[in-house]
Amino acid sequence: MGVATFFNPTRQTRVLPGFGLALGYTLVYLSLVVLIPLSAVFLESATLSGSEFWAIVSSPRVVATYKLSFGASLLAAAINAVFGLMLAWALVRYSFPGKKLIDALVDLPFALPTAVAGIALTALYAGNGWIGSLLAPLGIKVAFTPLGVLVALVFIGVPFVVRTVQPILEDLETELEEAAASLGANRLQTFSKVLLPTLLPALLTGFALAFARAVGEYGSVIFIAGNIPMVSEITPLIIITKLEQYDYAGATAVAVVMLVFSFLMLLAINLLQAWSAKRTGRNR
Amino acid sequence: MSIQVKEIHKQFGEFVALDQVSLDFPTGALTALLGPSGCGKTTLLRVIAGLETADSGRVILEGEDASDTHVRQRRVGFVFQHYALFRHMTVLENVAFGLRVKPRRERPDDAEIRRRVHRLLDLVQLDALAERFPAQLSGGQRQRVALARALAVEPRVLLLDEPFGALDAQVRKELRRWLRRLHDELQVTSIFVTHDQEEALEVADRVVLMNRGRVEQVDTPAEVYEAPATPFVYGFLGAVNVFHGRIEGPHLRVGEATLPHEQTQVIHGAEAVAFSRPHELRIVTDPDTPHGVAAVVERVLIFGADVRVELDSLPGAAVRGEPAHYEVVMPRAQVDALALTRGQRVRLVPSQIRVFPSQAA
Repeated sequence: MGVATFFNPTRQTRVLPGFGLALGYTLVYLSLVVLIPLSAVFLESATLSGSEFWAIVSSPRVVATYKLSFGASLLAAAINAVFGLMLAWALVRYSFPGKKLIDALVDLPFALPTAVAGIALTALYAGNGWIGSLLAPLGIKVAFTPLGVLVALVFIGVPFVVRTVQPILEDLETELEEAAASLGANRLQTFSKVLLPTLLPALLTGFALAFARAVGEYGSVIFIAGNIPMVSEITPLIIITKLEQYDYAGATAVAVVMLVFSFLMLLAINLLQAWSAKRTGRNR
Repeated sequence: MSIQVKEIHKQFGEFVALDQVSLDFPTGALTALLGPSGCGKTTLLRVIAGLETADSGRVILEGEDASDTHVRQRRVGFVFQHYALFRHMTVLENVAFGLRVKPRRERPDDAEIRRRVHRLLDLVQLDALAERFPAQLSGGQRQRVALARALAVEPRVLLLDEPFGALDAQVRKELRRWLRRLHDELQVTSIFVTHDQEEALEVADRVVLMNRGRVEQVDTPAEVYEAPATPFVYGFLGAVNVFHGRIEGPHLRVGEATLPHEQTQVIHGAEAVAFSRPHELRIVTDPDTPHGVAAVVERVLIFGADVRVELDSLPGAAVRGEPAHYEVVMPRAQVDALALTRGQRVRLVPSQIRVFPSQAA
C-alpha cells in the first residue's frame, strides 16, 4: 500500500489539490521547527541514568518549582478566562470613548519585551512602589512572593483570551439572546445556558494559550518573583540556573518533565475544546 | 387573545420607522404585515414582542397595557428569520428551553417537560429528529423547531418575522401551507411579517399593507387584491400596468389615446395615474381602432395555459421621458388567434382601470 492510498484510502478525487504536498510540507516544517529541537532535549537528558534522572527531577527544590509554575499558570489562565471574557464583552458589546485605544492596549503584553514588563511590575508592586505601598499596610506582599509570580503571569496572558473570544462574540447574533428572553429566560439564565456554552470552545482555546504562555514565561517573572528557593522559584529559572552551572543534563532533565507535563495538559485542554466544539454542532 | 397597538411612533435617528401606527389584531386570526423592506413591518412586530421600545404609543395585549412589560413577561412566541436556534442544544433541548428556565415552582417535572416537547415535535413532524443538533437539520426543519420552541411556553400570541425568508422557493411553499394548517389547529393569534405578497395573500386571514412607516390598507387578501385602496397597494400587489395622464371628464387622456374611467372623485384637468392588471387588458391588432393605447409587441412568453405578452409604448409616446412597459396575460387560444409577432403595432384596450390623483402616486 502506497503512501497516497494510506492517507487517502477511498481514492476519491479531491476537489482541493495538493493534499500530499500540503501534508508533507506540514510534517517537514513541524519536524524542523518543533520536533527536532525538542527531541534534542530528550537525547541530552538520556545521557543520565534512570536513577540520576529521577533524583534531579524529584528533588524538593525542583518539585516546589513545578507546583508554583503549573499552579500559578493554571490560576493565571483561569483569572484571564474570567476577566478576558469580560474585557472582550465590553469591547464588543458597548461603545464608549477611547474604545479603540483600549482595544489596542490589549495587545501590549504581546509586544512588550518581557523584561520591561517584569521591571514595571516590580517597581509597581514592590513595598515602596505605587501599588505595593498601598497593599503593605494591609499585610499583603506581592513582589518577591508567589503572588507576584501570579500577577506577572496574569499580565502576559491577558491578550490570549480576549483575542480568541472577541471574534466569536462579534459573530454571535443578538437574536439568540432575544430568543432566550422571549422564552422567559432572565439575563443570568441567558448567559449561563446560551452565551457561555457557545463561547466555551473559544474560551478554552484562549485558556490553553494563556496557560501555555504562562508555563514557559521567564523574563517578566524573574524580576518580580525574587526567586527564593522553595518559595518563589519557577521551573524555567531552575533550568537556566542549571545551564549557568554547565549542568546541561540536569537542565534538560527538568525540561523534559516540564515538556511532557505541559504537553499532557494542552492535549487535555484541546480534547475538551474539541468535545465542546462538537457539542455546538461545529463538527460538520 | 387580542392585540392592539395605538399610535405607535418609532424613530431611528432621522429615519421614521413607524409613524403613528394604530392597528387592531383580532383574536385567533392570522395576520400578515406586508410591505417593502424598510417599511417598518419588522419594527412593528418587534415593538409588539417587546424586543424594541416605541418612542410613544401603547401596545395592548388582552386588553391590558403591556407597553412597559419586559419581553420575558409578555408571553409572546417569537420566530426569527434566521431561526436563532441554540446550536449547542439538541432539538429536544431547544424546544424544552422555555420550560426549563421557568422558576422552580412553575416548572413542570422532567417527565412532563419531555412529554410536552415530544407532543410539540409531533405537531411539527420532527419527533424522529429530537436528538439531532440544529446544524444537522435542513432550513425548513430548523424553522419548524424554532416554531415548536416558541409554542412550548404556550404563548398568548405568536409573532413570526419573515419566517420563510431564508428558505428556497419549494420549501417556502410547503411550509406556507403547513403553517396555515397548524394555525387552524391551534387558533393562536398570530402575526407574521413578509415582503412576499403571494405568501401574505395565500396564508393570512387579514393583510396589513405598510409603506414608509404607515398603514396603507387593512383588509382580507381578496379585498386588498381586488380593491387596492392606494396607488402603492395597487403597485405592490401583483403585476400591474400604469398609465400616466390627465383627467378629461369621463376619460383619462394618455398621450394621444383616451381611456374611459368610472372614477368620480377626480377633478377635471388634474394629473392622474391609472392602474390595470395584466388580465384586464385586451390586445387589438387592428391599428385603426379608435380606443386604447398604442404599443409595440416586445416578447411573447408561453408557459402553461396563460400567455404573457410584454409590450413597449411607441417611440415618441414616452411619458416623462421614459418609455412605458406593459404586460398582458391572456389564455393561450386567444394569443394563437392574434398571431402576434415581435415589433407588431397593436392597441391595448383596458376592460377596467382604476384612477388615482397623480400626487398620491
